[in-house]
Amino acid sequence: MESEKIRLEDAKMRPQKSRKDSFSNLTALMTAILLAAAFFFPSCQHRPGGHSLVVAGSTSIQPFADKWAEVFMEKRPGEMVDVQGGGSSAGIQAVRTGAAQIGMSSRELKDDEKDLYQIEVAHDGLAIIVHPTNPLENLTIEQVKSIFLGEITTWETLNGRKKEITVVVREEGSGTRGAFQELVMGKSRITKKAIVQDSNGTVREIVSRDPQAIGFISLGLVNESVKALALNGVKPTEEAILKKEYKLVRPFLFLTREAPSGLAREFIEFILSEEIQDLVHKEGLIPVRRGEPAESGR
Amino acid sequence: MTKLERNDRLVRLSLLMIALSAISVLAIITVFIFEQGTPIMFRYGFRSFLLGQDWYPSEKSFGLLPMIVGSLMVTFGALLIGVPLGLASAIFLTEFSHRRLARILKPVIELLAGIPSVVYGFIGLMFLVPFIRDKFGGPGLSVLAASVILGIMILPTVISIAIDSIRAVPDSYREGSIALGATRWQTVRMVVLPAARSGIIAGIILGMGRAIGETMAVIMVAGNAADIPGSILAPVRTLTSNIALEMAYASGEHREALFATGVILFIIIMILNTIANLTSARQRKK
Repeated sequence: MESEKIRLEDAKMRPQKSRKDSFSNLTALMTAILLAAAFFFPSCQHRPGGHSLVVAGSTSIQPFADKWAEVFMEKRPGEMVDVQGGGSSAGIQAVRTGAAQIGMSSRELKDDEKDLYQIEVAHDGLAIIVHPTNPLENLTIEQVKSIFLGEITTWETLNGRKKEITVVVREEGSGTRGAFQELVMGKSRITKKAIVQDSNGTVREIVSRDPQAIGFISLGLVNESVKALALNGVKPTEEAILKKEYKLVRPFLFLTREAPSGLAREFIEFILSEEIQDLVHKEGLIPVRRGEPAESGR
Repeated sequence: MTKLERNDRLVRLSLLMIALSAISVLAIITVFIFEQGTPIMFRYGFRSFLLGQDWYPSEKSFGLLPMIVGSLMVTFGALLIGVPLGLASAIFLTEFSHRRLARILKPVIELLAGIPSVVYGFIGLMFLVPFIRDKFGGPGLSVLAASVILGIMILPTVISIAIDSIRAVPDSYREGSIALGATRWQTVRMVVLPAARSGIIAGIILGMGRAIGETMAVIMVAGNAADIPGSILAPVRTLTSNIALEMAYASGEHREALFATGVILFIIIMILNTIANLTSARQRKK
C-alpha cells in the first residue's frame, strides 16, 4: 500500500500546482505592468523639449492610437509617442495632472470635465446584431433596452418566433459594454442571464451560430456572418452616423489641458490628416469630416 | 566529524534549501492573493461576497454566489460523467481485456491528457454546443456543455491512476476469490475494487482538482452568465472564468474583487481537498 500513499500525496499537491500556475501568470502580468510603468516615467522625464509625447486613456481607443503613433514615429524619426491605456476617466485624470499631454476618452465629457480642450478624432458606432436568418430588420432603442434588461425574453412579439432570446454581452469593464450601458441602458442593469464573452469577435461568432441570439459589437467589426439591425428605423451607415441620426455612436476624443501645441498639436493634426483618417476608415471606425474637427474651448 | 559526514550534512542542507524555496514560492503567492483580496471583503463584508447574487463590479456589487454555485455544479457534473466512464475503462483494461490491447490503449488515453485545454474548448464550441442547442434547446453554452467537456478532460487522470491502483492489487487476492467460486465480475466488485479503493479515490481527487481549476475550455463553452443556473441547459460562470474573463480591463475595486474571487477559490479547493483526503483516509482504515 506504500505506493498508494505516495499517490495520495500527489493528489494533495495537484490542485495547488494548478493554482500556482494561474496565479503566477497573474503575478507575471502584474510585474510586466509595473516594469512597463517604470520604463514609461523615466522616458518622458529624460526627453524634455517636446520630443516625447504621452497619450493615455480609453482602452477602446488605445489599439487604434497605437497604430497611429507607429505611423507617426515612422514619419518623424526621433519623436516618441507613448500610448497607454487605463480607461477614459484615467485619461482625463492624466491630462489634468500632466502625467499625459493627451488624454483619450471614448465617452462625452461630463460637465465638470469640460474645462479640457477636446478634439474629435473619430467615431465608433455600436451595432445591434442578430443571426442572418432572423427576419427582424428594425428595433426601437426601447425594445433593445427591454431585451437586454431581460423584460422581453422571447422573439414572439418581435418576429413571431416562439423562441427564447439568447442575449450576448461583453464582460464588465470592457469599453464596448461601457458604451452600450451608457447609450442604451442608462442606469438600468443588463440582465444576469446574458451570456458573457470577452471580445467583440466571440460575441459575433456566437451570434452568427445561434439563430435566436442578439448581441452588440463595434460597428466596424460587423461582417456578412451577422445582421446589423436598424434602430428607430435608421440603418447604421456612415452617413446616418455623421448626420447623428443613428444613435449608438460614441466619440473618440483627444483631450489636452491647454490649446494643443508642440508635438501634441503635430500628432493631433497628423491624425486628422487625410492619410490617417483613411486608415481610421479602414479599421472600421467612422472618420470625422476633414477640415472641421469639432473643437471646443473651455 | 569525518569528511563523509560533513559532505552528507552539506547535501542535506542544500536539498533543504531547495525544497524550502519551492515551498516559499507557494507561500508568497498565498500571501499575495490574500493580501490583495481580503481588504475588499472586509470593506463590504464576507456575507455580501459569499451570499450576494449580483455581480456588477462597476456598481460596487460583488456577489460571488453564482460563481461559487457554478464552480461546484460544473465540477460535480464533470465527476458524474468522468468517474463512471473512467472507472469502467480502467476495469475493462485491467481485468477483462487482452493484455496487448491494454498496452496499446493506455498510452493513447494518457495522450489525451496532453491535448491543450483550448482545443477541448474549441471542439466543444464547434460540435457539442450546437448539438445541445439543436437537440435540447437553450443557447447550447451551458452547464451541460461544460460538464461534458470537463468530464472528458479528467478521463485520462482518472483512468491511468485507477489502472495503476487496480494492477497494484496482488494476484493472490483474485486467485483466492476465484478459488472460492466467485465469477470474474464478483471478484472485481467485491475484492479488487475495495482493495484498490484509496488509489482510485486519489485519482478522482486529482480529476476534481483539474475540473475546478480549468479555465480556458470552460470560458469557451459555459456561456459565463453571472447567474445561478436554473437548469443544466442554462449558461454558468465559474470562479476561475470570472477571474480570467474580466482581468483585462479590471482596475481598482473591480481588480480587488477578482483577487477576492481567487481567495474564495483557494478556500473552496482547500475544503474539497480536506474532505476528499479525510474520506480516503477513513476508507483505508476499514
